[in-house]
Amino acid sequence: MNVPDDLLYTESHEWVRREGDKIRVGITDHAQAELTDVVYVELPKMGASYDARGTIAVVESVKAASDIYAPAKGTVLEVNKALESNPALINTDPYGEGWIYVLQMDDPAGLEGLKDAAAYKAATG
Amino acid sequence: MTEAPAKTTPLYDEHVKLGGKMIPFGGWLMPVQYSSIMEEHQAVRKSVGVFDISHMGELVAHGPRAGEWLNTMLTNNVEKLEVGSGQYTFLLNDDAGIIDDLIVYRIEQEKFLLVVNASRIEDDFAWLRSHLGMEVELADESEQYAGLAIQGPSVGELFQALFGKEKELPARNQIAPFELGTTPLLVARTGYTGEDGIEVFFPAAAAPKVWNEVLAKGDSLGIRPCGLGARDTLRLEMCYPLNGSDLSPEHNPLEAGLGFFVDLTKPEFTGRAKLQREKEGGLARRLVPFRMKGKGPPPRPHYRVFRDGAEAGELTSGTLSPSLNYGIGMAYLATPVPKRGEEIEIEIRGQKFPAVIEKKPLYKKA
Repeated sequence: MNVPDDLLYTESHEWVRREGDKIRVGITDHAQAELTDVVYVELPKMGASYDARGTIAVVESVKAASDIYAPAKGTVLEVNKALESNPALINTDPYGEGWIYVLQMDDPAGLEGLKDAAAYKAATG
Repeated sequence: MTEAPAKTTPLYDEHVKLGGKMIPFGGWLMPVQYSSIMEEHQAVRKSVGVFDISHMGELVAHGPRAGEWLNTMLTNNVEKLEVGSGQYTFLLNDDAGIIDDLIVYRIEQEKFLLVVNASRIEDDFAWLRSHLGMEVELADESEQYAGLAIQGPSVGELFQALFGKEKELPARNQIAPFELGTTPLLVARTGYTGEDGIEVFFPAAAAPKVWNEVLAKGDSLGIRPCGLGARDTLRLEMCYPLNGSDLSPEHNPLEAGLGFFVDLTKPEFTGRAKLQREKEGGLARRLVPFRMKGKGPPPRPHYRVFRDGAEAGELTSGTLSPSLNYGIGMAYLATPVPKRGEEIEIEIRGQKFPAVIEKKPLYKKA
């Protein structure tokens, strides 16, 4: 399982890349492998605000719809439109082209409590 | 109430070895998929796939009047079955509600094999036993049997690789005994996928051996082990009903659109009076297939259906069709039901998405 060292991770299997006071978010390799065959992504609304741990997007496989949670409170700056026509990017490149959205954090200290790669690896076995 | 621990089939260890993702289903732990529902689905549509169906039940009715008795318990006409033939049929309660849908095979002149849904084994057996006829013995042999469904256009080649070049597949809906090494098997030309295929039943102890033999002989044909996920997408593309979702004691076979398997010319069978009244008085609702228009989230069971802005029912089945690459489903709608081509709306997370009524099957081979 691929767990890049330079990212942070949530309990609910999102990855978070810090880009200044913004964060780029997707789901982990482990999560995409569990879901398999992502067939639809409901993207967050541009410009909308979300609370930490609030539902911000939905990733659907053939079998189930899974909620994606915001890792911090903030406002959506960018969404990955490519997922609308090619949701399988989440399977093929979860940490790259499969990113889901970029959030402007209200509080840049809001990422405390996320796991580093070693802790995430340990948690997912 | 605490749930009983999930049962496992004799192939549990094989599923785990192959990376099967095990989930609870009707009281059983079964593989939902091994690697990918999409790939498993396509293997069945394009070459061949194998499913563990050992969780399904096998009830055996035996005796000089077994056929006569079954004909009063089941909706289809058992008397039409010659030895070695099977038919799809329903077991109804007195109110014509569906206890189970099943296939009954006449395996000997006075001996019948009923292959029933896993979650219904105990209920079916209890119901049948409480209505048992004279000179009939009924046995639940589910524990003794394992079963595999081998489905896909390459099934003929795989069959001959397993049983020998000189052997021929039984005809559609026929069942016949074969041997694989020293293991006796019953092979039926039936399935739940819309593809050519067989379902085989054999002693449970031989399950790992038969399973691995099928996978080995099917390797050059591109065989894939397939889970419940692909089983569901394949059957829904054909509009085959799923017991517990599309069929239940709240529904009867006529409103499910399965009157073809109900012989109302038979003088008597459980549920007949109610069905006759329903037929004459008109059905209140019907199960209709539909597809989503345009891109959108896949429809799923229990999503609400709207017609002309008013709520009209809910989905009993829904998925993204791997063959068609759009959402498909079935829903019970109040009669008169919309015609093919008419538009309905499906509510998904508070938003309404357009869908269009279709005819079954939703998927037709090119």
